[in-house]
Amino acid sequence: MTSPATQSLPRSPEPPPAADRIPLTVRPLRPLSGAPSQGVAPETAVAAAPVANTKVEIRNVEFFYGKFQALKSISLPLYDRHVTAFIGPSGCGKSTLLRVLNRIYELYPGQVATGEVLVDGANILAPGLDVNLVRAKIGMVFQKPTPFPMSIYDNIAFGIRLYERLSKSELDERVESALRRAALWGEVKDKLRQSGLGLSGGQQQRLCIARAIAVRPEILLLDEPASALDPISTQRIEELIAELKSDYCIAIVTHNMQQAARSSDYTAFMYLGELIEFDETERIFTHPREKRTEDYITGRFG
Amino acid sequence: MQVYTRRRAANYAVIALSLAATAFGLVFLALVLWTLLYNGIAAITPALFAQMTPPPGSAGGLLNAIFGSLAMTVLATLVGTPTGILAGTFLAEYARNSRFGEVVRFINDILLSAPSIIIGLFVYEVMVVTMGHFSAWAGAVSLAIIMIPVVVRTTEDMLRLVPNALREAAVALGAPRWRVIVTVTYRAALQGMLTGVLLAVARISGETAPLLFTALNNQFWSADMNGPMANLPVVIFQFAMSPYADWQTLAWGGALLITAAILCLNITARILAAWSSFKP
Repeated sequence: MTSPATQSLPRSPEPPPAADRIPLTVRPLRPLSGAPSQGVAPETAVAAAPVANTKVEIRNVEFFYGKFQALKSISLPLYDRHVTAFIGPSGCGKSTLLRVLNRIYELYPGQVATGEVLVDGANILAPGLDVNLVRAKIGMVFQKPTPFPMSIYDNIAFGIRLYERLSKSELDERVESALRRAALWGEVKDKLRQSGLGLSGGQQQRLCIARAIAVRPEILLLDEPASALDPISTQRIEELIAELKSDYCIAIVTHNMQQAARSSDYTAFMYLGELIEFDETERIFTHPREKRTEDYITGRFG
Repeated sequence: MQVYTRRRAANYAVIALSLAATAFGLVFLALVLWTLLYNGIAAITPALFAQMTPPPGSAGGLLNAIFGSLAMTVLATLVGTPTGILAGTFLAEYARNSRFGEVVRFINDILLSAPSIIIGLFVYEVMVVTMGHFSAWAGAVSLAIIMIPVVVRTTEDMLRLVPNALREAAVALGAPRWRVIVTVTYRAALQGMLTGVLLAVARISGETAPLLFTALNNQFWSADMNGPMANLPVVIFQFAMSPYADWQTLAWGGALLITAAILCLNITARILAAWSSFKP
């Protein structure tokens, strides 16, 4: 484990994380228990910082696609009301990790996860749990927009109807508020009965985010939510993430380094199924402890 | 440049061969349709739909046969559609990678290509022999047995075309598996599945061999499902083989009627498919 300070590595050609971000001193910082990259440099341990609540505690998670091990003893926390970005080259396991967090991998035979994922202290990987209730609590948005083949209204109402019996007016309200939160209401309020498939890619993705938050989850998993979108739609999604952060624990997988730097509070760098480094985003992008992290974020591989 | 010239020549040759093959197929289709129209149009009279199959030498129609065909096809469809769709759903959604699913799929494919006369003989042994008489029930059962593998296959194929991402998105909202299938997957595959059912109906509405052994035929009006019942394919078979000119004319008329009905079903299937792709 080498410190970049002692190595005098070339500075990252990346623009520094946007200036309008919350300054480092008010950001919560806590010891990264369980992370492989142990040992927080003493000068960064800002003692007075408010401590974020751990919403999800990932402990020694391993994952297998048949005989292939895709995740090797991953441990890290996800903080409530904060955004954690997962970066790393393709195939490093970041999407796989996200798919463990709501047990969506179980749809496919031959995929096995071991270890623990504690959500508010309860292990959601434990057998005998009602997995549907787990998933209702943990929303997920996928890389490609996946509107259901039904009206915009029904797309949003689908998830709500699964677990709640609401009157027509209550349902209308919930649909509207979800669409408003996803910054889509203005564009679709006059065509709620039209097919969700008729929207543009960016609108479809915001529809999917609206659909995910309509069921009032506590955690949002975003798997490269903007990678199939144009820059303007991407910007809207990022603004939306910043907006939603105040209510949710958000985990986002991204291939876009700037996006990770812009929109996350914490960043986890993964490589070949291992968690190489996990820290505050600011620190990962300015003073990464690991050479591999530095190489990746400066674009030298991956 | 020489390579390019050669490739262009090869391209033209392949286009020409493809066109020739298409024309070859279409010519026979056109000939069949033309012969049917030419010989059958004279038989399409109000009497065809109003009178019973006549004895040789007297006037008549095909009403009892039309009714019998409709009754048995509808009954077979009522049995075959839900069975086929449920089995196809099982294969596509629940048994996709299982050994058992593979076995079922294999057996279904065998059934799909089994000669219909075998199905007829099977139902004859199982139903007609044990009941002691021919019956429309047995006819409907044999048609249903022919229909089921077709529907199973198309349903499975159509459900497999639905991207997994859509299922995952619904499951990620906390939807149980059955709900995902009924509300999301079926909706995404609906037009394809409907088309499959319509094509299966078209297939059984022209089957002759299985009915020969089961519903047999009936010269008179009969709505008794427990007895032999007239039906278009067997009447066409019997009348076309006869030496009587008026029977032969009725057979042409019946053949034209079935062809027109199947054409209508196919067009409906096409419209449904087009409608689904039109819907944004």
